[in-house]
Amino acid sequence: MFDYESMRLIWWALLGILLIGFAVMDGFDLGVAILLPWVARTDIERRIVINTVGPVWEGNQVWLILGGGAIFAAWPMLYATAFSGFYLAMFLVLAALILRPVAFKFRSKLDHARWRTVWDWAIFISGAVPALIFGVAFGNVILGVPFRFDDTLRMTYEGDLLGLLNPFALLSGLISLGMLVLHGASYLALKASGAVVDRAVRVARIAALATLVMFVLAGIWVTIAIDGYVVTSQLLHSGPSNPLSKIVTRQTGAWLTNYRAFPWMMLAPALAIAAIAVTPALLRAHRSGAGFIASGAGIAAIIATAGLSIFPFMLPSSLDPRASLTVWDASSSHLTLKIMLVATAIFLPLILIYTTWVYRVLRGPVTAAYVERNTHSVY
Amino acid sequence: MNSMDVVSLSRLQFGMTALYHFLFVPLTLGLAVLLGVMESVYVMTGRTIWLQMTKFWGLLFGINFAMGVATGITMEFQFGMNWAYYSHYVGDIFGAPLAIEGLMAFFLEATFIGLFFFGWDKLTRLQHLCVTWLVALGSNLSALWILIANGWMQNPVGSKFNPDTMRMEVSNFMDVLFNPVAQAKFVHTVSAGYVTGAMFVLSISAFYLIKGRHIELAKRSMTVAASFGLAAALSVVVLGDESGYTAGENQKMKIAAIEAMWETEPAPASFTIFGLPDLANRRTDYEVKMPWMLGLIATRSIDKTMPGIKDLVAHAEQRIRTGLIAYDALEKVRAQPGNAVERARLDTTAPDLGYALLLKKIRPDIANATAEQIAQAAWSTVPAVSPLFWSFRIMVGLGFYFIVLFAVAFVLASRRKLRRYRSFLWIALLSLPLPWVAAELGWIVAEVGRQPWVIEGVLPTFLAVSSISAANVWTTLIGFVVFYSTLAVVDVYLMLKTVKAGPPAQAPASAADIPLVLAPAE
Repeated sequence: MFDYESMRLIWWALLGILLIGFAVMDGFDLGVAILLPWVARTDIERRIVINTVGPVWEGNQVWLILGGGAIFAAWPMLYATAFSGFYLAMFLVLAALILRPVAFKFRSKLDHARWRTVWDWAIFISGAVPALIFGVAFGNVILGVPFRFDDTLRMTYEGDLLGLLNPFALLSGLISLGMLVLHGASYLALKASGAVVDRAVRVARIAALATLVMFVLAGIWVTIAIDGYVVTSQLLHSGPSNPLSKIVTRQTGAWLTNYRAFPWMMLAPALAIAAIAVTPALLRAHRSGAGFIASGAGIAAIIATAGLSIFPFMLPSSLDPRASLTVWDASSSHLTLKIMLVATAIFLPLILIYTTWVYRVLRGPVTAAYVERNTHSVY
Repeated sequence: MNSMDVVSLSRLQFGMTALYHFLFVPLTLGLAVLLGVMESVYVMTGRTIWLQMTKFWGLLFGINFAMGVATGITMEFQFGMNWAYYSHYVGDIFGAPLAIEGLMAFFLEATFIGLFFFGWDKLTRLQHLCVTWLVALGSNLSALWILIANGWMQNPVGSKFNPDTMRMEVSNFMDVLFNPVAQAKFVHTVSAGYVTGAMFVLSISAFYLIKGRHIELAKRSMTVAASFGLAAALSVVVLGDESGYTAGENQKMKIAAIEAMWETEPAPASFTIFGLPDLANRRTDYEVKMPWMLGLIATRSIDKTMPGIKDLVAHAEQRIRTGLIAYDALEKVRAQPGNAVERARLDTTAPDLGYALLLKKIRPDIANATAEQIAQAAWSTVPAVSPLFWSFRIMVGLGFYFIVLFAVAFVLASRRKLRRYRSFLWIALLSLPLPWVAAELGWIVAEVGRQPWVIEGVLPTFLAVSSISAANVWTTLIGFVVFYSTLAVVDVYLMLKTVKAGPPAQAPASAADIPLVLAPAE
């Protein structure tokens, strides 16, 4: 099949696809959860909003589980370093993701206004916390994370939760929040009904504008004020996965090197800007299906921009730059990558096929009449 | 080095969250199949009572499933969060089954579960039946891959140490897939899940029969649960997990510890029904033994010897000494990566490298270990005997109890006499928690019995943790305890509310009236 070098490149791309899959599929669930208290005022409106994602959130969440599993299997050092390094942040994500299904299940079981309001805010938190934290984590990856390895490759992390909350990372967090709110709003425009749709379309305009401004700002920031990382020694593309055998230096603006070498990569940020800018216009023109595709494409392009900028790095170390994890020295063995590629080639298309079928069965907007007719069986 | 505090706290947190997660898993496994059976009867006979049953038990299934999904993410994330060195050291092998589980199984069940609940009036009967069976298939395949991963921790086949990457790497994936320990675990665990599902339906139906409510639904449910439960209870005992215990060194140690069997027994070994293990003097008092039984359980034969703890410790001591040669060779390879002689020496001794690492708990410079320290490390390969001894006996006792209970239920159900024996209905109701007790004890036997290893013979547990502070682990541990306790209250409350409310008076007409093969009009 493919040699070790190509296999690593394929798995870098697949990791990107899985992360994008998560951000696009579970992203609208998170966005809808964040929007719940703002776009829906009456109880029936709120139930419409919740039931747009009611039948699909479980499947969508598996994108995160699959992403976690794929990082573990294909990039075990990245998995070990990122998950233990961001320890408390990961715990907050877990807590939010556990809160979400519970809030869905509980909210409508009692017909009591205050009970339901409390759960509505729980749903809001369960969407906002992961959206922010994933962005903050990405921002810190771009800045470099304080970890090092000893000679048995045991990782030590020398940061804390508050250290993650630096200005650039917070900006990334807000970009993530903004793009998921936009995506959630497009989804509501597509799947909800009545006044909720109008409000979602209005929110989409603000979210798109904010996301665009922040995305461009982050681009300028990376260009003029942030140290990128460069491998300055030889690095075998099919050598053993041991990150300590290279030399890495830091240079301001180095994260733009790839765009100079491969101008076609500029397509990613260009697509991000275009897709996000066009989303609210499509929604206003009642082309919500196209709007949803546009906001999804915007998310994909923003993630691709970040990934391409730091390539071949996956997790740079600010503490000991040579310990940085790259595509060429942090993967699984050649054999494991092969096995995983075969499994992915068989099952990922199947997943896409049956997921499409499920969405087709569930097509059409969720209406007040539907919720009232099924008041005991829906959320 | 890491303090013991982080190790104990991380173990406590993992054990707690895993046992909590496994409160939901067996019920999902069993109930999913039972839903499939009930809905199949509905589709074949067209009788709406079976539709009503599917929907009612489906409500309870849904509450349980959401909790299982939510607590399952914690399990996957924790390997990286709390066991970073483990993730680095064995991720090349261990990560793959977890990822394939997501691809092949979890996606299937989680995607179709939404249609199970929300697709009744959007699908034909046959389509909906397929959806239900796909959920059941997904949950069972999910168990398969998780147990392949867990089986590899108990018996790490198909892998090899790589000095250049300082980790274990896969050498034969087929061996990992067809690991005999994983296969035994899969059959045993899934059967235990079926017993749990059957008991859940049996007990709640008994409750309705006692109260005289929903009699038609309860009688039929009880009949299904009794026959399914009897088959499952037989399989859980006959296809016990311990059939895999002879496959590896530590597995032998596990069974010796379960038996509190200090000396090697001549074949066929006898099974100790009762005894008081005396750890200080390394003997077991007041033993009541059943001849031949252990040989039959563990080796499926009467001519194989079962080694005792003392002989296994002596063997571990030899392996530590060989491991020290491997460790010495590894140090030299790392200093001089091109040294072919040392690489060859490492190759032949690497299977024992993990045994030398046991010494790291006693002293960092393990090459200078004294004879006493080596002996001390060898004795550390014995897991905690008393908890294993008792957990195993309670679990096995419950296993036999389930056979009797379901057999009686089966006889009463087939003679249509369930309602006449109220005392039996009470027994069935009160037995509700017992499958969970047995399942949790089963995991305690399997995982406490694996100690001191996280990967048997390869990596000691105390080396596997992340370099995080005890304060961080305390924070998340307390967080999980508070959060999970609240969830448990919420979950039980919702379950009880649903059970008390009972099935809706009449199944909604919409789905029942849809012709078998036609799609609904929109």
